[in-house]
Amino acid sequence: MSDSLGENTLTTTSPEGPSRTGDGATTASSPVRRTRRRGPDWVKRGEIALLTGPAVIIFVTFVIFPVVMAAYYGFFRWKGFGPPTDFVGLDNYLAIFRDTTFHDALMHNGFILVMSLVLQGPAAIAIALLLNQRMRGRSLVRVLIFVPYVVSEVIVGTGWSLMLRSGGAFDAILERIGLGGLSVDWLADPDFAIWTLMMIITWKYIGFAVILILAGLQSIPSELFEAAAIDGASYWQMQRRITLPLLGPTIRIWAFLSIIGSLQLFDLVYIIWGQYVSATAGTSTMATYMVLNGRLAGNYGFGNAVAVVLFLISLVIALIYQRYVLRRDTEGAITEGKKR
Amino acid sequence: MSASAVAAPPLPADRPSRRKRDGARLGRSGPMTYVIAFFFVGLCIGPVGYIILGGFRDNSQIIRSPAGLPDPWNIGNYSSVLQSEIFWRQMSNSAISAVFTTLGVVVLGVMASYVLARYDFRGRTALYSLFAAGLMFPMTVAITPLYILIRELGLMNSLAGIILPQIAFALPVTIIILVPFLRAIPKELEEAAAIDGAGRLGFFFRMVVPLSLPGVITVGILAFIASWNSYMLPLFILNNEMSYTLPLGVQAFAAQYSVDTARVLAFTSLSMIPALIFFSLFERRIVGGLTGAVKG
Repeated sequence: MSDSLGENTLTTTSPEGPSRTGDGATTASSPVRRTRRRGPDWVKRGEIALLTGPAVIIFVTFVIFPVVMAAYYGFFRWKGFGPPTDFVGLDNYLAIFRDTTFHDALMHNGFILVMSLVLQGPAAIAIALLLNQRMRGRSLVRVLIFVPYVVSEVIVGTGWSLMLRSGGAFDAILERIGLGGLSVDWLADPDFAIWTLMMIITWKYIGFAVILILAGLQSIPSELFEAAAIDGASYWQMQRRITLPLLGPTIRIWAFLSIIGSLQLFDLVYIIWGQYVSATAGTSTMATYMVLNGRLAGNYGFGNAVAVVLFLISLVIALIYQRYVLRRDTEGAITEGKKR
Repeated sequence: MSASAVAAPPLPADRPSRRKRDGARLGRSGPMTYVIAFFFVGLCIGPVGYIILGGFRDNSQIIRSPAGLPDPWNIGNYSSVLQSEIFWRQMSNSAISAVFTTLGVVVLGVMASYVLARYDFRGRTALYSLFAAGLMFPMTVAITPLYILIRELGLMNSLAGIILPQIAFALPVTIIILVPFLRAIPKELEEAAAIDGAGRLGFFFRMVVPLSLPGVITVGILAFIASWNSYMLPLFILNNEMSYTLPLGVQAFAAQYSVDTARVLAFTSLSMIPALIFFSLFERRIVGGLTGAVKG
């Protein structure tokens, strides 16, 4: 979504654009005088500086600067106190790529990424189609399915761990519906823990997917369905030929957000499996690996190198996705425009 | 997927219902629609209900029947949490950081978005791209240097130490939602205001701020809920229990009273109530805002 907006601005501004960004921030001290007419150029510049200055300063200080420093610290062996002096070049990165626990974490991220798309996508589309019909209480349903998304990760993690522990509510419900034999140690058994995590992730985030797709459904003009109905199309034909193709952009944006979220996953795993259990239960992620081997182990240089690796993996996947998947949307929009 | 894993029984039932509904995309929905919707909603709010109802039980009830209803209802857990100083302390820490994060994001975001949307100047594209690039930098990547920066600034264990980074990390989304919003305000309004003698800044305060209110509310709610639920940043910055926000407090409480499940559940459910109330008040705005953002 950021991309298309960026293109908009690109087309509306003069081509000499991307030169001096700092201007706004550095001239922040120049006096701003209110004039009746559109004032001379420096008044406008003062307004620009005054209005964007605070945002730019905060953003650069707390987002850009730390990200740049992460790349810098990643080249040092550093305990986090005083300036880093022990330059080790690419040693941290080599250590990461040789560490099999990092490979495990990476595999878990990959598994979570793929399974989130496979499990949430079709289910969310089916549920959104179902809820898109005229029915009583639809707005109440819309609120309620969004509740898990609003509840914090800590509450989700705490609540689910209590329900899933052996002899907890989850086992009791299984027993009541006659599936008591299926109970396992949901959280600690390495064969099941990552599936348990997938179940909790799906529960927490599927409401978001449903809401997005519902919004996408509502933007499809109903004339299309009326025309199709006149031509004698069945419900399923309409869904396959009209709904799914027109939902494409919404689904691709959702998938993009889901992919990035899967790669960055930290809170739920860290809360449910704690600092040390996630690796043995088979649910560690790159982010929990980073916190465990970086800050908690006191190896700040190493932790920053992990952050850089995590960022580069996300960036490469995001760029590939935008290049090969999201690009279709702009092409589609162009051809659609031509037809009109 | 959780839905099919947990709800094995209702799923087979939905096949016949779909066959019946052929060709009725906008028509009335059959009873099966309600049944499936009911089950799905049940799955979504079941665990939340477990937390809230569990707080009304006592531990012997929970051990005897882990998934049962309160019998008798017991308000002791809730009242003991509500009487504890630490809960209110953490509640007010969460409230302070959420309110100030929201205010900061809204004020700085509207100001910067206004310039990006309506001023023509060299470097505008670059400035916009700078903020948009922030979407690619999640807090996970920056957390270690951020922790060091906050420590050097002497803001450890202070709420300012989480408010400032939260404002910074919420700015990209805010600006991306608000810029198209502000750009949509017709040029004629600005010209009319200029004829009436309002400068660009006067136009900003008298026209832009009121007209952009719906977008502002959306980004404000998103910032409030994100701050209320924020976990990773407080985990790094806040180390003593008096400065904890509720997410850290819930976790500490759950560790400290791990045998007292009922009280943990009561603490947990009380800590989610403000965000839930806030969300239900403004639900339409959030959904509308998200839709706009995705379509934009």
